[in-house]
Amino acid sequence: MSGDGLVWLGTPAFPEAAREALADTRLRRNLRRATTTIRDKRLAAVGELDDWERLRESGAAIKRRTLRHLGHYLERLEEKVTAAGGVVHWAADAAEANRIVADLVKATGRTEVVKVKSMATQEIGLNEALAAEGITAYETDLAELIVQLGDDRPSHILVPAIHRSRAEIREIFTREMGRRGKDAPADLSDDPRALAEAARLHLREKFLSAKVAVSGANFGVAETGTVCVVESEGNGRMCLTLPETLITVMGIEKVVPDFVDLEVFLQLLPRSSTGERMNPYTSLWTGVTPGDGPQEFHLVLLDNGRTQTLRDTVGRQALSCIRCSACLNVCPVYERTGGHAYGSVYPGPIGAVLTPQLAGVEHAASLPFASTLCGACYDACPVKINIPEVLTHLRAKIVQGRRPGAEALVMKAATAVLSAPGRLSAVQRASFLGGRVIARKGRIGRLPPPLAGWSAARDTPAPPSESFRAWWSRTKESS
Amino acid sequence: MCPFRKGRETVRIALFITCVNDTLFPGTGQAVVTLLERLGHTVHFPREQTCCGQMHFNTGYRPEAFPLVERFARTFDGYDAVVTPSASCAGMIKEGHPVLAAEHGGAGLQNAVAALVPRVHELTEFLVDVLGVTDVGAYFPHKVTYHPTCHSLRALRLGDRPARLLGAVKGIELVDLPQADSCCGFGGTFALKNADTSIAMLADKMSGVRSTGAEVLCAADNSCLMHIGGGLSRLRSGIRTMHLAEILASTEGSPR
Repeated sequence: MSGDGLVWLGTPAFPEAAREALADTRLRRNLRRATTTIRDKRLAAVGELDDWERLRESGAAIKRRTLRHLGHYLERLEEKVTAAGGVVHWAADAAEANRIVADLVKATGRTEVVKVKSMATQEIGLNEALAAEGITAYETDLAELIVQLGDDRPSHILVPAIHRSRAEIREIFTREMGRRGKDAPADLSDDPRALAEAARLHLREKFLSAKVAVSGANFGVAETGTVCVVESEGNGRMCLTLPETLITVMGIEKVVPDFVDLEVFLQLLPRSSTGERMNPYTSLWTGVTPGDGPQEFHLVLLDNGRTQTLRDTVGRQALSCIRCSACLNVCPVYERTGGHAYGSVYPGPIGAVLTPQLAGVEHAASLPFASTLCGACYDACPVKINIPEVLTHLRAKIVQGRRPGAEALVMKAATAVLSAPGRLSAVQRASFLGGRVIARKGRIGRLPPPLAGWSAARDTPAPPSESFRAWWSRTKESS
Repeated sequence: MCPFRKGRETVRIALFITCVNDTLFPGTGQAVVTLLERLGHTVHFPREQTCCGQMHFNTGYRPEAFPLVERFARTFDGYDAVVTPSASCAGMIKEGHPVLAAEHGGAGLQNAVAALVPRVHELTEFLVDVLGVTDVGAYFPHKVTYHPTCHSLRALRLGDRPARLLGAVKGIELVDLPQADSCCGFGGTFALKNADTSIAMLADKMSGVRSTGAEVLCAADNSCLMHIGGGLSRLRSGIRTMHLAEILASTEGSPR
């Protein structure tokens, strides 16, 4: 279940999925604790830099420029990677990318791969595709391992097992580790250090035996053909250096023009994602180096809806995302519902703008509405993606693309009323009279649908006998 | 006499009341008029005004929002300053109107909107930045907490303007709201479309408000206050919500 593609079929629309998640008290507590901690860390790390706003501007500008000339930079990247001894593959969609990776693995004669945490391979459902070809993929990031062993889905871009507590993790390790390799110690406790050690021992075996690794990429430098992976645990470094063959799946928007651009992003990314000045491991490699590291390197450049997204001049800014997940951590909706309610590998605010664009709005039509437009995500975004702007833009697209229903009638009626002050006055008088019928002691309790959800938790003030405009006429214009 | 002048002419100030305040919270509009008149200004109320179109725009009904943008530009064209007691509607005018004018309107409207937008001021901005006052001579002997609404905080960047105005009110006991910058969960039609999530956010906001021991919760937006206040009323919490303008309008002679 851990990676069956961009959009999870069978997940209900956001409001329904959220209702279920909101009732999960353990999830609520885990999320509140985790998001509050990471928010404070991020603020502290960002506060240390007096040029943070300028860094954000630079990051946004580099991404804008790259997206405007994407074809140029990708061809340059291909040329440089090829010159350095790597092989570049172009994949139009998930199926093609999975086919390419599966064939490459088969060509090595191996049936097992180790994986570095990667959103791109989650997005294409690579693990499931490989399994169908008889190839077993082992996730080596601690949180991805928890998700994979638990036959679960990721609920956060950076911390995919954020919804799990340590007691649950202990239970998953004890139950599942033995089936896929080295068993968990018999006396495993739920102490974080003990859990990490169990994972370390379990994974060590995989690192030392694996001949093929699959990774994603945080950045691909067009100027030099260098690929960059940023991580915290060192599992990535193991996968990127020990195996004989390395296959990297990279979204085409991850290309950056020049090596110096990394200076900007390697400041923005760790501070925004984990709240650290610098992440513990930053791996950079350029093609292959004889006698050092993998001797075969394949770079799979993945489109999967990105070119389509690029056509939308407002929506394309979502492609600037560097997958830091700061927007998830500050989002008041995400904090309460968690990631699964979004029904996509990309949850939270960025998921609400990215998923409908990559998959097509019809596959995620409830997501752009899953936001109060509070703007916390825009403030936190290290590359200044104006998420609220894209959300309202996508809402307009969705409304335009569907058959008008009751809501459209209400909206049109509202415009008709608001286009004539006389009509507005009439509605105000009518609402006072209506309010007099249903209000008790100045407040209205239950209301019928579609206002029932509103009145379920809130009283509504009874409309006053005199609107402001009526008061103005009476007191200011009659004299 | 009006001390706020442009050259030698008196500047014309218009009130944009907003449809929600006009219909449900006339007391807020009356408070703005009282306050500005007390500060020596004449306030105009152009009757052709209705709504900024935010509900339509945020719900995805842009063609339906557009006539309201035209109407707004036409109605307020002749005024030097447009004051509104809603950070949310001011944010819509500043961010949404130029977008709608560009998408659906001609060059004439785009220019009119571009010229009008800088003249539109949320009330606390108008008081502090344009009129240069923080002590408006108010008296309000109650324990109050202030919720900075999302549009106050992040769309308009009102910063400490509301706190400075409230801080200068005589008799007031201001208490900080925990997790103040977190959204209350209203979000316009979000409260209907995602009622459960909205209520979950509301519950946390109410916990914060109740933990302060305040008698009054105030903000620069009646729509958010209607949501939080509606919840506080349902719980019979004994906390009332008031628009900030009403606190600033309150005096010893005519308390609110």
